[in-house]
Amino acid sequence: MRVLPTLQKQHHPLASGAAQRRRLAQLPLARTFEAALDGAGLLPLLATGIEVLQVNVGKKCNQTCRHCHVDAGPDRTEMMPPDVVDACLRVLAESAIPTLDVTGGAPELHPEFRRIVAAGVALGRRVIDRCNLTITRLPNYRWIPPFLAEHRVEISASLPYFQGHQTDAQRGEGVFDESIAALRELNSLGYGRAGSGLVLNLVTNPVGAFLPPDQRAAERDWKRELGRRYGIVFDRLYTITNMPISRFLEHLDEKGQVEAYLTRLVQGFNPAAAAGVMCRTTLSVGWDGTLYDCDFNQMLDLPVGEGLPRHIRDLDAARLAGRPIVLGPHCFGCAAGAGSSCGGAVA
Amino acid sequence: MDHSHYYHAADLARFGEVGKGAPELWEKFQAWYGAVFAEGALTAREKALIALAVSHAVQCPYCIDAYTTASLEHGSNEEQMTEAVHVAAAIRGGSSLVHGVQMRNHLERLGM
Repeated sequence: MRVLPTLQKQHHPLASGAAQRRRLAQLPLARTFEAALDGAGLLPLLATGIEVLQVNVGKKCNQTCRHCHVDAGPDRTEMMPPDVVDACLRVLAESAIPTLDVTGGAPELHPEFRRIVAAGVALGRRVIDRCNLTITRLPNYRWIPPFLAEHRVEISASLPYFQGHQTDAQRGEGVFDESIAALRELNSLGYGRAGSGLVLNLVTNPVGAFLPPDQRAAERDWKRELGRRYGIVFDRLYTITNMPISRFLEHLDEKGQVEAYLTRLVQGFNPAAAAGVMCRTTLSVGWDGTLYDCDFNQMLDLPVGEGLPRHIRDLDAARLAGRPIVLGPHCFGCAAGAGSSCGGAVA
Repeated sequence: MDHSHYYHAADLARFGEVGKGAPELWEKFQAWYGAVFAEGALTAREKALIALAVSHAVQCPYCIDAYTTASLEHGSNEEQMTEAVHVAAAIRGGSSLVHGVQMRNHLERLGM
């Protein structure tokens, strides 16, 4: 598979969250996200609880996707240390948060991935693995599919399109064929098959600077095409809008499309989608234990609001449950069109 | 404002300014346009592909930009969009060629 150096490895100016925020702040947008929320009667945007603890265990990945908001890649070394893993699991054990969402990078590359997943399952929580699929094909990681099946972990697997050239354009040459092989193996274990209870959802981001298609219509196409072409079955398709930060921001810059894309997101502002954004029900934990409203804010170095507990060790669920969300122009990405979240469209 | 060329990509976003001269007609156009492209007996995706093809037939650069984006956002792919453009091109080519019958009719009138 073709792998590129990350922005950090390139010492690219957009490698830092602060530089990305400055780039977005320079854009002459028709209105701010706060003004759009205000117009919809949604300001201040408040969390409504913590239904998902999304733990980003590290930035290391075997792929370097063009749209990656994490700037993940093989050259990244950030990994959640054991004491922070312990703190996350303690929070889960001491709370009633129903879902543990494990992400990265490729989360399976974390040396304690199996401990984290097994602990979440043992606590009776819904555990989601955000899997890039190709990681399961690497010789040292062939244990992943049977391990996930044994623990009945829900899989959210990335696959931008049911054809090879679009998928490889976004995720790297050779990714599509390996992803299809991985999906076939997951299907052979029961994943995605009716009645198995093993949930296999696919996640698609547009291969370019446009909004995702209607999720239900796309799911029908994908089920038909992946079934017809490759005999692959899955449960749900989640459409996710490309977030104009990190590597996708760099890609837009390279194409001279930053302003046009942001304008598209601003024009597409949908109050119903804004009301349903995932940050209202999610708490995101960075590899070092810092708390964020979402994985995007995490990559922009925007922790939860001032005065709130900002580390997983200090988590106070009651204070965080109704917190005001930290906002920026990138938030238009989750509120445009049918909206976007880690669970797909929201409106 | 640069008026050295007839077409500017940025002018697409100014389409609404056309309404200033005749607001009532503009509102009627907008309502009709919205209804035309809504999901109906044809899907919104099919309508966007038709619009993309027609955009090429009428050679409107604004429409081509708008319906390339719309087609992608309705889930069409490059192959489908290219086939739609070929349909438009084939009708344009065919419509020229079918006038060859008119030429032949006149040839017959003039000839011996």
